Amino acid sequence: MAVLIFSDKANLALELLTAAEAIGEKAKILVINDDEQAEILAHAGAEVYKINNNNDVVLADTAQIAAVVKEAACKLGADIVLLSSNRRGKELAGRLAQKMGAGCLTDVSSMEINGGRIECKRNALGGATVATQYINTDKKVIAVAPRSFAPYAGSGGKVEELALDLPAAAVKVLEVKAKETDTVDIAAADKLVAVGQGLNSKEDLPMIEELAKKIGAEVACSKPLATDKKWLPEERVIGLSGKICKPELAILLGISGQVQFTVGIRDAKVIVAINTDENANINAMADYILTADLHEAVKEMNKLLG
Amino acid sequence: MNVVVAMKQIPDLQQIRIKNRQPVFDDVPLTFGTIDKNALEAGVMLKENNLAEKVIVLAAGSEDLEDTVKEALAAGGDEAFLIVGDDLNGAESSIIAQVLAAGVKKIDDVGLLLLGEGSGDNYSGQVGSRIAEILGWPQVGYAGAIKLEGNKAIVTRVLEDAEEVVEVALPAVITVVSGINEPRIPSVTQILKAGKKPKEVIEEDELDGINKEALITTVSNLAPESDRKRIVVKNVAELVDKLRSENMI
Repeated sequence: MAVLIFSDKANLALELLTAAEAIGEKAKILVINDDEQAEILAHAGAEVYKINNNNDVVLADTAQIAAVVKEAACKLGADIVLLSSNRRGKELAGRLAQKMGAGCLTDVSSMEINGGRIECKRNALGGATVATQYINTDKKVIAVAPRSFAPYAGSGGKVEELALDLPAAAVKVLEVKAKETDTVDIAAADKLVAVGQGLNSKEDLPMIEELAKKIGAEVACSKPLATDKKWLPEERVIGLSGKICKPELAILLGISGQVQFTVGIRDAKVIVAINTDENANINAMADYILTADLHEAVKEMNKLLG
Repeated sequence: MNVVVAMKQIPDLQQIRIKNRQPVFDDVPLTFGTIDKNALEAGVMLKENNLAEKVIVLAAGSEDLEDTVKEALAAGGDEAFLIVGDDLNGAESSIIAQVLAAGVKKIDDVGLLLLGEGSGDNYSGQVGSRIAEILGWPQVGYAGAIKLEGNKAIVTRVLEDAEEVVEVALPAVITVVSGINEPRIPSVTQILKAGKKPKEVIEEDELDGINKEALITTVSNLAPESDRKRIVVKNVAELVDKLRSENMI
């Protein structure tokens, strides 16, 4: 049951090493055209196989990368491929699985061996439920959600070069634009103040930011505030298609609590819900419930917290 | 050139109730996933810019599809190609991908297959990638913008930390993010006209070579247990006291 790991991101590859350990396997890692990643991973104790400085390999070409990973898995005798369930990894997962004749699970948040099977947990029904599933086929592709496992820290790794027959790339990269730097990672924050559609206008954001600052929190939001109203960047979205957050404290303001949102915050230690609707869904999953207008409540909190 | 938009019929997630941690589907209406509607809108906009001839909605599911598809035809789809089978609702990605790929092969002159980046319910994101592999087409996931130039697509792929603009030859599979557009809301006239738009409905067993082997076993599918305190506080002062006593602020 050898395992091969591939991620375009070194930090996620380190998490996958820990994930492999959780299923009792020491994994080999494939690194494509990234000396820095190879070094970081070897330093952490990984057995790294790298395809080096090959301009013919285009990370943006999912079909080509799937062919490369399949070939590498074949050469290294791996039946199980662990990928990161970031966007690149998730896109790759389905194509690689189809190529390998493998069953595939994505967005996997935990894995454990049970009765000789790798039982995986993932959100289902838009986050309303958590499904426990396993893959029936010998060949398996599992994409693990970021931050589900701690980064691996070992020592005594090594780097070897791997020669593969590569198919030609069919996707041409014309331009890469780094996103405007939102340096805040809400998934890593200890405390969050999250706003939803109850917020009247963009002009009310400063008082939300003020509250966040006073309690040492970051500002997050529900999806419509970023994608429809564009008041906050997409990186601040909590939920199924946003970020899964596990803060110590989450203060949720004017959020009704659709499952696609709550799935991203239900593992918070303490949840506060402030909402005008006393029957809002969100109240069912809150520790403290205040039925009030969020604008008034935030103003008062800011005053009280000095 | 025609654009095919693959859409998934799912239960309306807002209406699913949880009883004893089990989801209850009784009387829950069927609809299409929200990101699927962004994929449809992207296809309709290509047609409106005279870059595509027809927008064809492709879906596989129970026979309720004939009704569910009306909302997509009202929102700009020209025709529907439906593959109907009793066990197709909620069938796993590997099977749906084969069925939809077989459907694409039966449609003339397909230049582009569009999907949402993930379905509304399972959000596994496998189907588009699996179809691309079956058809041997290039793919671009997470598109935030699509331009067509001759037989090429110029696509902006939105990643977590960057956007990359890539060029692929058609035919290709593209999945879109919800930020790509705002799906139109059809007018009453459009809804009335939708019922008259052409629909081709075939039975799943008319398709050859579908391997229906289950690749995944589901052990359980339960709502997570929640043991929240659910303390109702009267005012902000009481809330602040409570949070202070828990050393949260």
